[in-house]
Amino acid sequence: MTEALLRTEGLAKSFTLHLRGGLRLPVLDGIDLAVEAGQCVVLSGPSGAGKSTLLRSLYGNYRADTGRILVRHLGRTVDIAGADPRTILAVRHHTMAYVSQFLRVVPRVPALDIVAEALIGRGPSAAEALDLAAAMLLSLNIPRRLHGIPPATFSGGEQQRVNLARGFIAGHPILLLDEPTASLDADNRAVVVRMIQDAKARGTAIVAICHDLDVRDRIADRLFPVTPYREAA
Amino acid sequence: MTESPILAARGLTLSFGIIPALLNVDMELYSGEILAVVGESGSGKTTLLNVLSGGLRPRSGIVTYRDPGGAVHDVHAMPPPMLRTLQRSDWGFVHQDPCRSLRMNVSAGGNVGERLMARGARHYGDIRAQALDWLEQVEIDADRIDDLPLTFSGGMLQRLQIARTLVTHPRLVFMDEPTGGLDVSVQARLLDLIRSLVARLGVAVVLVTHDLAVARLLGHRIAVMQRGRVVETGLTDQVLDDPRHPYTQLLVSSVLQA
Repeated sequence: MTEALLRTEGLAKSFTLHLRGGLRLPVLDGIDLAVEAGQCVVLSGPSGAGKSTLLRSLYGNYRADTGRILVRHLGRTVDIAGADPRTILAVRHHTMAYVSQFLRVVPRVPALDIVAEALIGRGPSAAEALDLAAAMLLSLNIPRRLHGIPPATFSGGEQQRVNLARGFIAGHPILLLDEPTASLDADNRAVVVRMIQDAKARGTAIVAICHDLDVRDRIADRLFPVTPYREAA
Repeated sequence: MTESPILAARGLTLSFGIIPALLNVDMELYSGEILAVVGESGSGKTTLLNVLSGGLRPRSGIVTYRDPGGAVHDVHAMPPPMLRTLQRSDWGFVHQDPCRSLRMNVSAGGNVGERLMARGARHYGDIRAQALDWLEQVEIDADRIDDLPLTFSGGMLQRLQIARTLVTHPRLVFMDEPTGGLDVSVQARLLDLIRSLVARLGVAVVLVTHDLAVARLLGHRIAVMQRGRVVETGLTDQVLDDPRHPYTQLLVSSVLQA
């Protein structure tokens, strides 16, 4: 049996809303998830069950209440739930990438640079990084005439493809994908499915949220149910 | 991960009369890292910046700076000439009001070159070449090099101040609302400039801002201040997307969506 690249043990997450009189909203409890190299686990469950919360917790974007999030990072195991900020940034740089549903655009930065930036400090020279970024954008059907333009003016589908290009280009061993094909047409969905399948073949461990059943069936090795939290009666 | 911080503070406390400005503030900053300090007016952000950079002495607590040789210095126990030398070369300060660090009756090129000369550069050709290079990096036309800053717009003055600060390749830069008071379009350009220059030069930055979007764009880590205390600190996206302290929740929920 291969070792999991990403594993959670007893992960719990709630939100306390101080502006609502300290209202506590429990979302996740007792999550035990393990993802091995080359495996794609798709989180399933109704809207509001906490799938995105789980994905964000894995990335260290949300802070877990209890439990551990163990990541294989440069030959050792790091607990994201207890790691200091600089360690989490190092894990994000080398090991784990997250593709959100929406591109958070940086004003004035062209699409090509946004994608190439993900390669900085990872080996390729600046010129090579730009070439690789251009190739990645072209493979996602973003034509060259758009590469020099900041994506703020792009359509939703184009922005999502820039986001995907940035997430996939560096070949992180762990990928977290939140609705990677949600606003894409059939052709581009097929491209993304192929990218996910290629990443799996390279040994990437993937956790995804995906409501499109056709895409889900083509990428998922198994489903991981996330159920809405119920207070004990 | 075992390297030590370039700047560290422990237990900083200071009050102005009966008003507490800093209460037991700790912080650490590592090379190549941007720490954003956010909070409303009067929360103690600028006071913290002034104490960290040696301009203001805390009532208690200590600020330490690690020099390139690895020696650690108590910023407030340093002999004044040594502090001034640091402030002229290894450190930089970017004020909200560029007129505080620029000399308005000296040419743009002179303003940039002056900091090089203060560090000992003497060759006029080299100084002018470097000044020109830096004006280009902050996107000021080369033919403005001999113009007085008086003739510059607010955004250009801010970019000139950044060129003047970074020309000596400082290891540590303090920034106080560097984009405050600028038009949004000018602000976006300046933010992108700061972001790319800081990443390329590997500078450590303490950035004071009341603008959470600026903090998110530039800050690796964030510290939220309220009434002189750091009430919450951590990864920038963590603190802004999953705020825990009531005051941080209030700040985050009060931002207008454009």
